[in-house]
Amino acid sequence: MKALVVDDSRSMRTIVSRILRGVGVEEIVQAENGQEAIQVLETGGIPDIALVDWHMPIMNGYEFVCAARKVPEWRPMTIMMVTTENEHGQIVKALAAGATEYLIKPFTPDALVDKLSLLGLNPLTGALS
Amino acid sequence: MSAVATDFSYLQQLVLNRSAIVLSDDKEYLVESRLSPIARELGLEGVDAVLERLRLTRERALEDRVVEAMTTNETLWFRDVHPFNALRRTVFPEIIARRAPYRQLAVWSAASSSGQELYSITMLLAESFPQVMDWHLSLHGTDLSSEMVNKARAGKYTTLEINRGLPATMMVRNFDRDGSNYVLKDEVRRMTTFRQMNLAEPWPTLPKYDLILIRNVLIYFDLPTRKKILESAARCLDPNGYLFIGSSETMMGVTDVFEAATADGATFYRLKGKQ
Repeated sequence: MKALVVDDSRSMRTIVSRILRGVGVEEIVQAENGQEAIQVLETGGIPDIALVDWHMPIMNGYEFVCAARKVPEWRPMTIMMVTTENEHGQIVKALAAGATEYLIKPFTPDALVDKLSLLGLNPLTGALS
Repeated sequence: MSAVATDFSYLQQLVLNRSAIVLSDDKEYLVESRLSPIARELGLEGVDAVLERLRLTRERALEDRVVEAMTTNETLWFRDVHPFNALRRTVFPEIIARRAPYRQLAVWSAASSSGQELYSITMLLAESFPQVMDWHLSLHGTDLSSEMVNKARAGKYTTLEINRGLPATMMVRNFDRDGSNYVLKDEVRRMTTFRQMNLAEPWPTLPKYDLILIRNVLIYFDLPTRKKILESAARCLDPNGYLFIGSSETMMGVTDVFEAATADGATFYRLKGKQ
């Protein structure tokens, strides 16, 4: 399974990547903002899941979701927002734009694993069903 | 009896020293429920006795257990996923078809903790089986700890708690934000009833339930008590009802009044001869 971690905080990218590796995700690509994530998708192939912060410079996470969902070939990609943004209206907006799931910071490693289970992540194979 | 404030300060310091986790003052309500199983296992009077022993002996192994108990949080929404898939796809469709002429449905979450299990079921019913919303629904939760019962009744959760296994779509539909907390909408809360009950003591008169969940609590009791609890549950289960225990718990060697069935990756139990 391949994952894309998009966050302007290097320490947050490291934390999320470590949790993903812990549940068997083998290939993890990182990007610092939405625009860099789009470049990754254009050049590096589509990950099974993208974990995306909201508030980032250049292109934010919401703009990334909107842009990514316009490309039919990228539709199978699961997108989970991982962000401090906790306004109900904003969460609804992200889900309506095509985010699959939403995790509010701060979170514990277990909370991320729970959300991956909800999405059908098989911890043994690291594959999304 | 709840741990007194000085005991909680001592616990906060211990947890901080050993795990670097800050146990905020609002977590005091967790002391009783998290440390009572340790007291029972060690044959001590209660939580206060555990803390006294810690202070006097500074036993490393006991410190480890107490710190772990105070810092892990296994109370989550839709815990273990599979049982809820089975409820949605197999169990509730069968119960609801059978109960349709009477338009009533009874569910009991027997170790309801801070309410997530019963509220998960309530939200699942509202979302997947809207036709039962005007039935006579008895959605009951009981817990040993009155602090937990009060927390469940309040339906108020922190971000850390709301993040544990609750799908975002259900969160926005069923909760209102209150500062950094999330509060269940009244229409969901009003469908449920929570009260204090000790499963190990004689049970009050209970109705016949279509579904009983006694999950992740049997581990805290000795074998004769587990047998007594499960056989009491059998008596208040509808003859065609369903019982769920924790995914790491077993009936084997405890009682033979139930037989196991599986669906959607989950194991559940029915009264013998009723499958």
